[in-house]
Amino acid sequence: MTHNKNKLVALIFLFLYPLFSFSGDPKPLKEGEIYNPVPAIMHHIADSHEWHLWGEGKKSVSIPLPLILYCDGKLDIFFSSKFHHGKKNVKIEDREYALDHGHLVEVNNKEFVDLSITKNVASMLLSVLVLLLLFVGAARKSNQDKAPNGLLSFLEPLVLFVRDDIVKPNIGHGFKKYVPYLLTLFFFILVNNLLGLIPAAANLTGNIAVTLVLSFITLIVTNLSGNKTYWGHIFNPPGVPLALMPIMIPIEIVGIFTKPFALMIRLFANISAGHIIIMSLISLIFMAQSGLGNAGAFGVAPVSVLFVLFMYFIEVLVAFLQAYIFTLLTSLFIGLATVEHH
Amino acid sequence: MDPMALVTPAIGLVFWTSVVFILLIFILKKFAWKPILDSVDKRNKNIEDALQSAENAKKEMENLTADNEKILSEAKTQRDLILKDAREMKESLIKDAKEKATLEAEKIMDDTREQIHNQKMKAITDLKNQVADLSIEIAEKIIKNELKDKQAQKKLVVDAMEDKDLN
Repeated sequence: MTHNKNKLVALIFLFLYPLFSFSGDPKPLKEGEIYNPVPAIMHHIADSHEWHLWGEGKKSVSIPLPLILYCDGKLDIFFSSKFHHGKKNVKIEDREYALDHGHLVEVNNKEFVDLSITKNVASMLLSVLVLLLLFVGAARKSNQDKAPNGLLSFLEPLVLFVRDDIVKPNIGHGFKKYVPYLLTLFFFILVNNLLGLIPAAANLTGNIAVTLVLSFITLIVTNLSGNKTYWGHIFNPPGVPLALMPIMIPIEIVGIFTKPFALMIRLFANISAGHIIIMSLISLIFMAQSGLGNAGAFGVAPVSVLFVLFMYFIEVLVAFLQAYIFTLLTSLFIGLATVEHH
Repeated sequence: MDPMALVTPAIGLVFWTSVVFILLIFILKKFAWKPILDSVDKRNKNIEDALQSAENAKKEMENLTADNEKILSEAKTQRDLILKDAREMKESLIKDAKEKATLEAEKIMDDTREQIHNQKMKAITDLKNQVADLSIEIAEKIIKNELKDKQAQKKLVVDAMEDKDLN
């Protein structure tokens, strides 16, 4: 009974957590000024050099992350805690780095490459750990002579669903060599989508850099798999009069890139939008407080929390849906590129 | 914060995502997807094989039953044939025996009849002889009587004739 109660408290805390971890501009509001949620939301959506957990200003708690910077042919590696949350600059030899509102700059305007383990990279490594624990653990238990049990009995149908219902019907003949890539793609997106829903977690799959890489791999795989028919359709579209060729061929070439481009935007926009909606709904409480006082905040809070709860369920669905769509469309593109001419 | 930053990919994250994702594909391929899918495929094949062999066993059973029935019906036919033969043989035996018996009986009858005839002939011959003897005796007596008394001789002959019953 107390165990269940604890679970309930933990669950409520989980949903209310964004309230505590809300990190906005610490500047106090002027009289009659309405709270502006945009900086806090943008801060949440964006990547960061430290993993902020909760609290504001001096009370804020965050995990320092390593910075890896390549400047003037030298590699500078240090922890983000050296910045003291942006209050201090880090000077290494003649290079001086500063954190300006979470944005890393070199004081002397020197060019540098930022290969830091940011919040998103750390979250991605965490997701890799989760994936390895889940699937390598499950794979070790897999047995041809026994029905799957435990974790495997949950994961095996998912794996088979991806292989038999996404990859196989869309690629058709010769689908087997794409299965490891597409399974990894599906579960990488899914796990990161779900991890992103945990309060204080990173917004990895809602980051354009991540979706760019994933869709770029789709582009590479699709075009490397492209057979004669595929290239024939691009450079010699069948049934098109010769006069239209100068128009059709560029359109087809653009088409090669628009398909993965759409994938990139779709995943980025869906996941980011979900985060923005949840953050906005929570911001309503703060806006009500700045406009109507504490009574306003208490009036809006229950409605806002209910909506956030609802959105969370939608986001769990979206997490699965977007992983499914990305994998499905990638399979479809590969299938279109490898289809045999009839 | 610059809103464009949201749609500007950071080079660091591009780098790490590429490295991590590509490594992840190879690690999961070797340590997760291959073992899981292999065992699933093998299990599927085992199940299919088991179903197939069950089907085969069923067919074999059906064949065996059919064979049994065939053997049984053959045996029945054979039995009927044997019974029929036996019945025919019995009938022919009885018939033969009857014929033989009839022949034998006729032969016995013939023999008997012949014997009776012979006996009868013999008896008649005997009788004839006896009659002859008697005749002679009577004639002797008559002659003797005649020699004494005419009346008495006559009477004697009559008496003698009455005594002897000739059939």
